[in-house]
Amino acid sequence: MSDAHHEHGHHHREPESVLSLRVRALESLLVEKKLVASEAVDRIVGAYEQDIGPHNGAKVVARAWVDPAYKQRLLADGTEAIEELGFGGVDLKVVENRPGVHNMVVCTLCSCYPHALIGLPPVWYKSFEYRSRAVREPRVVLREFGVDLPESAEIRIWDSSAELRYLVLPERPAGTEGMSEAQLAEMVTRDAMIGVALVRSPAPAAR
Amino acid sequence: MNGIHDMGGMHGFGRVDREENEPVFHAAWEGRVLGISRACSAQHLFNIDESRHGIERMAPVDYLASSYYERWLDRTVRLLVEKGVITREELERRMAQLAGGVDPAPPHRDPKLLDRMLRATKERAHFRQPGPPPRFVTGDRVLTRSDAPVGHTRLPRYARGKHGAIDTVHGSFIFPDTNAHGQGEQPHALYSVRFDAADLWGASAEPCAPVHLDLWERYLEPAVTAPGRSPS
Repeated sequence: MSDAHHEHGHHHREPESVLSLRVRALESLLVEKKLVASEAVDRIVGAYEQDIGPHNGAKVVARAWVDPAYKQRLLADGTEAIEELGFGGVDLKVVENRPGVHNMVVCTLCSCYPHALIGLPPVWYKSFEYRSRAVREPRVVLREFGVDLPESAEIRIWDSSAELRYLVLPERPAGTEGMSEAQLAEMVTRDAMIGVALVRSPAPAAR
Repeated sequence: MNGIHDMGGMHGFGRVDREENEPVFHAAWEGRVLGISRACSAQHLFNIDESRHGIERMAPVDYLASSYYERWLDRTVRLLVEKGVITREELERRMAQLAGGVDPAPPHRDPKLLDRMLRATKERAHFRQPGPPPRFVTGDRVLTRSDAPVGHTRLPRYARGKHGAIDTVHGSFIFPDTNAHGQGEQPHALYSVRFDAADLWGASAEPCAPVHLDLWERYLEPAVTAPGRSPS
């Protein structure tokens, strides 16, 4: 695609109109050859824009927080346990944060990510910066994300090199004892399920 | 292959930049590329390992200069050309036609094809396939291979020739190193292998920061017992 240019620099982009035209031409050819239906592409795009996102994974986390038996099943076999909540299509391993152990997910070779549960990865997850540094200096990277863990805490990095996908089960924060499962799910962020954020205790005003 | 995509542990990249309220796609064409690529997979025009290797074979300079979905577009075109589905000339011609306001195959409804594709996209990919029984058990010490294969592999450079321990036996999975090259699925045992940071990064390792990789048995050998230690 970029045979014609050899400019260096990470932020270089081909003019968007050329890219857009090339993509339309590719789709047009595949439609003509009856290999692709444009409506199928519309639906795939729509699913990621509307249905598939971190709210799915947040439901799994909230259920694990309120239901210890579910949490056991989730940690033992993530693939089966998420099917109970209607999610699937992925071989899933859930890794649990607890006092003294923090988990963090990366894919150094490409950008493998548990799409079915937290949608498409953000640009930073796919960035050269995160992919190169998360395995070598996770504490420095976590501090950039505002997470400062004690030196004694173990940070387990999961580099997704095969067809298993990783989801971090964050620690349930203090001060959430009276909250419903739905309220808990609202607190769970995408970044917490990747392991670059903690779920924070609710602000006193919000209680 | 020792490609530019194999970034784990590289120096020289700066802070991780984050975008507040990031949209799912930054331009409409990004969504189309994702959808077209998924559609091609559903039609079995290429498999997941061929698709990863398609990106890995970009010229390093182009890889670094391209955005994520630019790499996906490059890969999709590359594989469709290699497989004889389209030609580059055909694509250029179609671009010129579209630029001139002519679309010989405008998007249209094709209910039969749509139905087949939607069923295909819902099908679960079965990466787990029966294979020979695993050679290692949890706790075994292993040494990763230290070769430099020219083709596709999922053993990153930073973890080659390193000692680790089997953390989990996942079961038998399709082998990317052969499946990316039309050499069959060759399913066999996949393990989660735990590496101490010091074994990967030496003196510059952060404390208490083990890395886990999912590695196939063909990447692994039993670790030789350290000299002076009698086998129990």
